[in-house]
Amino acid sequence: MAEPTIYEISSPGRTGFQFHQPDVPVAQLPAELKRNDLPFPEVSEVDVIRHFTRLSQLNYGIDLGFYPLGSCTMKYNPRINEEMARLSGFAMAHPLQPIETVQGNLALIYQLQEWLKEISGFSGITLQPAAGAQGEFVGGLIMRAYHLSRNDLKRTKILVPDSAHGTNPATSSMSGFEVVNIPSDSRGNIDLEKLKEICDDCVAGLMLTNPNTLGLFEEHLQEVIAIIHEKGGLVYGDGANFNALLGIIKPGEVGFDIMHFNLHKTFSTPHGGGGPGSGPVAVAAHLVDFLPAPVVGIVEEGDDETPPLYGFITPSKSIGRMKSFYGHFGVLVRAFTYIAMHGANGLRNISENAVLNANYLKKLLGNAYTVPYDRACMHEFVAEGFWDDAPGIHALDVAKRMMDYGIHPPTNYFPLIVKEALMIEPTETESKQEIEHFAEIMKTIAHEAHTEPELLHTAPHHTPIGRLDEVKAAKDLVLCCWIPPEE
Amino acid sequence: MFTPHTDAERKEMLTALGLKSIEELFSDVPGKFRFPALNLPAGMSEMFAQNYVEGFAGANASTKEFVCFLGAGVYDHYIPAAVDSILRRGEFFTAYTPYQPEISQGTLQSIFEFQSLICNLTSLEVSNASHYDGATAAAEACLMAYAHFREKRKRILLSHAIHPQYREVINTYLSGARDIEIITSGKNEESLSDPREINNLIDEDTALVMVQYPDFFGRVFDLSDLINEAHQKGALVCMIVNPIALGLLKTPGQMGADIAVGEGQPLGIPLSFGGPYLGFIAARKDLVRKLSGRLVGETVDGNGKRGYVLTLTAREQHIRREKATSNICSNQGLMALAATVYMSLLGKSGMQQVSNLCYQNAHYAAQKISELDGFKILTSEPFFHEIVVQCPISIDHLNHHLLEEGILGGYALEHEFPDLKDCMLLAFTEKTNKEIIDVLCEIMKESNHG
Repeated sequence: MAEPTIYEISSPGRTGFQFHQPDVPVAQLPAELKRNDLPFPEVSEVDVIRHFTRLSQLNYGIDLGFYPLGSCTMKYNPRINEEMARLSGFAMAHPLQPIETVQGNLALIYQLQEWLKEISGFSGITLQPAAGAQGEFVGGLIMRAYHLSRNDLKRTKILVPDSAHGTNPATSSMSGFEVVNIPSDSRGNIDLEKLKEICDDCVAGLMLTNPNTLGLFEEHLQEVIAIIHEKGGLVYGDGANFNALLGIIKPGEVGFDIMHFNLHKTFSTPHGGGGPGSGPVAVAAHLVDFLPAPVVGIVEEGDDETPPLYGFITPSKSIGRMKSFYGHFGVLVRAFTYIAMHGANGLRNISENAVLNANYLKKLLGNAYTVPYDRACMHEFVAEGFWDDAPGIHALDVAKRMMDYGIHPPTNYFPLIVKEALMIEPTETESKQEIEHFAEIMKTIAHEAHTEPELLHTAPHHTPIGRLDEVKAAKDLVLCCWIPPEE
Repeated sequence: MFTPHTDAERKEMLTALGLKSIEELFSDVPGKFRFPALNLPAGMSEMFAQNYVEGFAGANASTKEFVCFLGAGVYDHYIPAAVDSILRRGEFFTAYTPYQPEISQGTLQSIFEFQSLICNLTSLEVSNASHYDGATAAAEACLMAYAHFREKRKRILLSHAIHPQYREVINTYLSGARDIEIITSGKNEESLSDPREINNLIDEDTALVMVQYPDFFGRVFDLSDLINEAHQKGALVCMIVNPIALGLLKTPGQMGADIAVGEGQPLGIPLSFGGPYLGFIAARKDLVRKLSGRLVGETVDGNGKRGYVLTLTAREQHIRREKATSNICSNQGLMALAATVYMSLLGKSGMQQVSNLCYQNAHYAAQKISELDGFKILTSEPFFHEIVVQCPISIDHLNHHLLEEGILGGYALEHEFPDLKDCMLLAFTEKTNKEIIDVLCEIMKESNHG
């Protein structure tokens, strides 16, 4: 039976939480400013705890098993991070307190800024962006502001490879640019000849995910960057796949001008069923003045006896504020704890194992699946979820069948340049045995696709609910338990 | 620590790949840049890391030890224990966006319930799955209105009495769209003028009128006539609302607003030095296709069993790419869950109780402060959460004195509203009471004389 909604278990007059009575003289709210009835559920605390506990049991999370969702880096979320973010000095500090009362928070932000700069090889950074997509938006606006500041008004285009995540083109248009797609070549790199042909002095910049969404390291990285720079453009690095590069390469050193991080991917902060993320943006020296405001800096130098005073600084040509306050601070605390525990060696070890796991898994799959662009991959790879000799089977069927084996399916139908794509990212926190187990499941499903295709078409069979009617959802559009306000 | 391979296993895996060393996996990385040294402190054990991080936390004054009268868009409310106990469930916090509905019904149904609660709180028919925070939700509402009129109406009117940071974020968000004109009502020297006077600026080129309710200064005005007037000129109206205030106050839907956005932090989300918080956005049903962000809809599976899916995804960036209204991808899933548990637990009576406590405490405080020599309340009743107090001494001086007594004082307004010299915004929630307010007044009195 389906879990009823919280509205359906409501019982008129029941209360779940009791506040005290006001102990001050009563002031009257004018009747014309009063709302009419508040149509909210009336349930007890037990009702609430059971309802949401039962809902949680309908979910799959990293805590339950393998979650190879490509480009999402579903690694284990260390528990100590959760404890640290809940310390009262962090969790109960108001963002508008006088800076003297929040030196711990500001010092932590400052230290994290320094560490992320060191890890990525950039000169400046903002921790304000709420998520990767907002980080990209910051990057787009910085590119715009940079060219405008040089009175270079002709730059209207952003180049985006055809393998890019959908946020890249959406970000580019939000930032006021026209999007030009760049094709990939037969090895999964950017098509260099095409790039040279298209890149002119109207190009504001290139948005490049490296490793790209095929899980491949761009083989002509330096040439690509040089082509863009030669024409006066900037190179933006989408850091969604940075889990492959910790201690492996510093994007700032190779010549990237801007890059965003996804702390919820690379630095183990929980994905929370869709957020909160955190998308810091690092920039090279010539772009530091354009960062969103405020950034945290030292406003009074310290000495042997007194620590420095940390405070807020507005960069001189700042693109402005991206969101309230200073970013997802609670997420920053978690990432900070993670980096503190790893240090340089630990970070490099993460990327080494992430890349090793992906390659090992790819190897174990053998010929069961076609992997186009057959090169050593980085932290993920893309397989095709169809076979010429298994007509009617699609990546969707393979993905749905995987749930019957207790595994969260890989990202499917992305990137768009691979037919029936299954994008698989095992991450470094999975053991050899877990990867071998998953490879066996993948092979079994490939076999079933040829021998019992119906099993895949009708999958999943062992989940709390079967395949859902998405057409009906979009047509009927029931988006809430709506209780019309009384007149 | 979190990487399980033993040396032997790593070697076996490399052997299977025909490799001698792990370095060989990185041959595509240009040699000149490969394996740079990272100048970071050595990795710490969990125990040492905990001590280290606790050192940072301990260097703050927090609302755990201090009484808090700071508000200005973020409020120190009590969070019932049940909220965090649900958030700590790994099935919720270690899941991602519910791309696979068959194994994500927990996330999907709780978002559906979140959407329902937000709709019923605002009396509007549709809500999305959340935005980053109140300010970005407000900016998304501007983009939404601009798209609604197919970019034909170019003007966005912002009330001068909305949160200054919201105005900043809206300006940043719209800086990429060349044609939009953002106009802020009011003049610098009249910060406390009636926000409804924005009606004079509405014209046929106005896409959206944005007002805050209660406004940044805590004032509550009936906006029905303003909304009516905007509609006559064909413009949309968006109200920035405080969700706790809506436990008592007339709703955006009742007043006829088209869109309501707000900061969901007061709904069971810790202050956490500015985030993560929760933006919400609700609208009239006919605007649903222009609403950005994720939406969850009800449907059935092959056996007719009720379930939930992400719906109308064709609006979003991964399908529309450069044609999408917004690039938003994630939402504030876990924060929306916190708000859902909070609103469910409080229910009808709890929401009314907390709202009433905030209302009563602010009015009592205003009464007491107005009796103090030299202090003046500049905002007239009714107000919610907050009042503007003009002080006979500088706010810095007063707040310094309050801090010594264990009190986080009000928000100084002068920086952003130059005509409000020596004025502060004082906020009152259910966490204060008569005794604490009386102590506050005593200290304010002493500061003036001392």
